[in-house]
Amino acid sequence: MLEIKELKARIGDKEILKGINLTIRAGEVHALMGPNGSGKSTLAQALAGREEYEVTGGEVTYEGKNLLDLAPEDRACEGIFLAFQYPVEIPGVSTLYFLKAAMNAMNKYHGRSALDAMDFLALAKKKMSDLNMDQSLLHRSVNEGFSGGEKKKNEIFQMAMLDPKLAILDETDSGLDIDALRIVADGVNRLRDPARAILVVTHYQRLLEYIVPDRVHVLSDGRIVKSGGKELALELEKRGYSWVKEQAGDTSPAVS
Amino acid sequence: MTKEKESAPHLVGQFEQWKLARSANGSGWFDAVRESAISRFAEIGIPTPKMEDYRFTNLAPLARGSFQHIAIAGDNKNKLDPDPYLYGDSTAVEIVVRNGCLESVSAAGDLPEGVVVVPLSEALHSYRELVEPHLAQYAPIESEGLAALNTAFLEEGLFVHVPRNVILQKPVHILYLTDPGDRETVSYPRNLWILEEGADLTILESYAGDREATYWTNTLTEIVLGENAALRHYKLQLESEKAYHIGRLHAKQERASRLSTYSISFGSRIARNDVNLALEGEGIHSIMDGLYLGDNDQLIDHHTFVDHVSPNCESRENYKGILSGKSKGVFNGKILVRRDAQKTDAVQTNRNLLLSDHATINTKPQLEIYADDVKCTHGATIGQLDRESLFYLQARGIDKDTARSILINAFAGEIVERLEFEPMRSRVESLLYDRLPGGSALKEWR
Ligand SMILES: Nc1ncnc2c1ncn2[C@@H]1O[C@H](COP(=O)(O)OP(=O)(O)OP(=O)(O)O)[C@@H](O)[C@H]1O
Ligand SMILES: [Mg+2]
Repeated sequence: MLEIKELKARIGDKEILKGINLTIRAGEVHALMGPNGSGKSTLAQALAGREEYEVTGGEVTYEGKNLLDLAPEDRACEGIFLAFQYPVEIPGVSTLYFLKAAMNAMNKYHGRSALDAMDFLALAKKKMSDLNMDQSLLHRSVNEGFSGGEKKKNEIFQMAMLDPKLAILDETDSGLDIDALRIVADGVNRLRDPARAILVVTHYQRLLEYIVPDRVHVLSDGRIVKSGGKELALELEKRGYSWVKEQAGDTSPAVS
Repeated sequence: MTKEKESAPHLVGQFEQWKLARSANGSGWFDAVRESAISRFAEIGIPTPKMEDYRFTNLAPLARGSFQHIAIAGDNKNKLDPDPYLYGDSTAVEIVVRNGCLESVSAAGDLPEGVVVVPLSEALHSYRELVEPHLAQYAPIESEGLAALNTAFLEEGLFVHVPRNVILQKPVHILYLTDPGDRETVSYPRNLWILEEGADLTILESYAGDREATYWTNTLTEIVLGENAALRHYKLQLESEKAYHIGRLHAKQERASRLSTYSISFGSRIARNDVNLALEGEGIHSIMDGLYLGDNDQLIDHHTFVDHVSPNCESRENYKGILSGKSKGVFNGKILVRRDAQKTDAVQTNRNLLLSDHATINTKPQLEIYADDVKCTHGATIGQLDRESLFYLQARGIDKDTARSILINAFAGEIVERLEFEPMRSRVESLLYDRLPGGSALKEWR
């Protein structure tokens, strides 16, 4: 579904991604771990099309298309969803309106008819109660004054509504309480199916107990330095990143 | 380069011509005021950027000499359709003034006893006893050339008198239309609204003109609010982008009265709005809100002045501007708190969104406080659309133009939501969408 080859990207003069190789097939869940500042969010945002991250080399193929050619909104319409590490507050735009605009934009892109307002509302309410979210959030400005956990849940709620093919979750578990973590993980697991893929960026093994990954990758200084099965996450938890970094110093970067 | 004074002898000349043409009109009692106003105008002329209050707004085009009094400029061939600007007879008392002349007044048969809602031309001769104590009593004819000019030529507009404790449920709407013509014209709308003690009403004022027409509207409104009276006033300025709009409002508020005045300014090549409130009595509450939208070469200037004369009054001011193209915005908000005005509570904000590198805004709060126990705050901001927010919307499938429109609309929304009169609010929303790229889609999803 997604094939990243030698992807390089920079912000301003600073090279952040230094040649990423990663392949994710439909039906798979991949976890991306790695130290702070290693480039995980940069990769996630670059995949979603953030202009500030200038791609300087490599290719990304998504469902046979050159992803890097697509505008951010077209990537979203083609089924890529990024749950932001830091969801953005948008004063004056209600969550409900925001979602309606997003779903209408996607329907338009695919030539589908606009959704019925009542069906939409019913669906939104159902998805919110699945996530144990307060429905009053629908009528508040997007993320404005939301608690940290509410913001993260709001990302998962949007994901559930927009029904993506490839979901990239950037530290959606950070800042969630124990119950919320479980609820969010259930939300993600509901999305798991043979036609979809998920990339989970996380620092914690605990999330991966709920969302069990097929592959785990370690990103360090802009490169994937180690990949493995779900047991890699456990090992990292025990031994920290220095262990992987030392290993990587001797060998060429591992490829998934 | 800029002159100390911009005299406009042709406008003074037109006064003589116009006087002869209207000699049949029976409001001679006001002629002395007209005469002294035109001589004052002849002395002080049109303001120039040499004057502090006009530093950023050069009105030299008004002195060009081509502007002809609309009543003597002759008939127009094409008439603008007023319907898109009206709210309908069942929603409001509708009065249409076209090219300075009264065109229609909707049946106002169901007005409460004693309420007078008539064109000013009629009030001048039929309601002299109500008009005379107030007309031209609040406008600064001595110091402001264009106020003097308006007063010399005043003839048509909206006169409202609401007696004690009468509540008028139905809003009154006056529409000033300017048709296209072969010549550049100038008109002088003039309003006088008097609310006696405890009276309550809503007044709407709209200005529109042919898109291709170059004309000048020089309008002035005087308002008197008696004790406990309440007025909600909405001004919608949709003049042609080639037009000049000079608007001035003076309100005198008495004890515990409440005034909300909204200025929505979307049109004109140059629009200058002066809003002046005098809070003369305790317990007054005033709201002044505004939204201005500039594009291309438009210049939109608001000068507001709240004069806190008495103690325990509250004023709230919130103006927002959205500027694209090479447009310019000017905001000058003055708050004067006089020595006796203890416990004054005044808040003023002016926020601006610059959508292009060539758009500019000059914003300046001006606080003069002579009382010691007061609460006065002010703030001004100038910003661009937030890139993170734009990307967030795009990452949800919304194209860039639409995303921009959503954010611009959200910025304006704070003011739009305050327009209590729903038909006006949805009109402004809709006009806003029309001006935004991708706005038509948003209109449907609303
Ligand atoms: N706009 C920016 N300007 C300059 N440097 C940036 C910018 N955005 C990110 N960086 C830098 O790029 C590097 C990678 O950042 P990134 O956010 O991708 O890290 P991360 O792996 O997601 O870290 P974390 O685990 O803390 O979320 C960091 O050194 C960061 O400071
Ligand atoms: Mg990150």
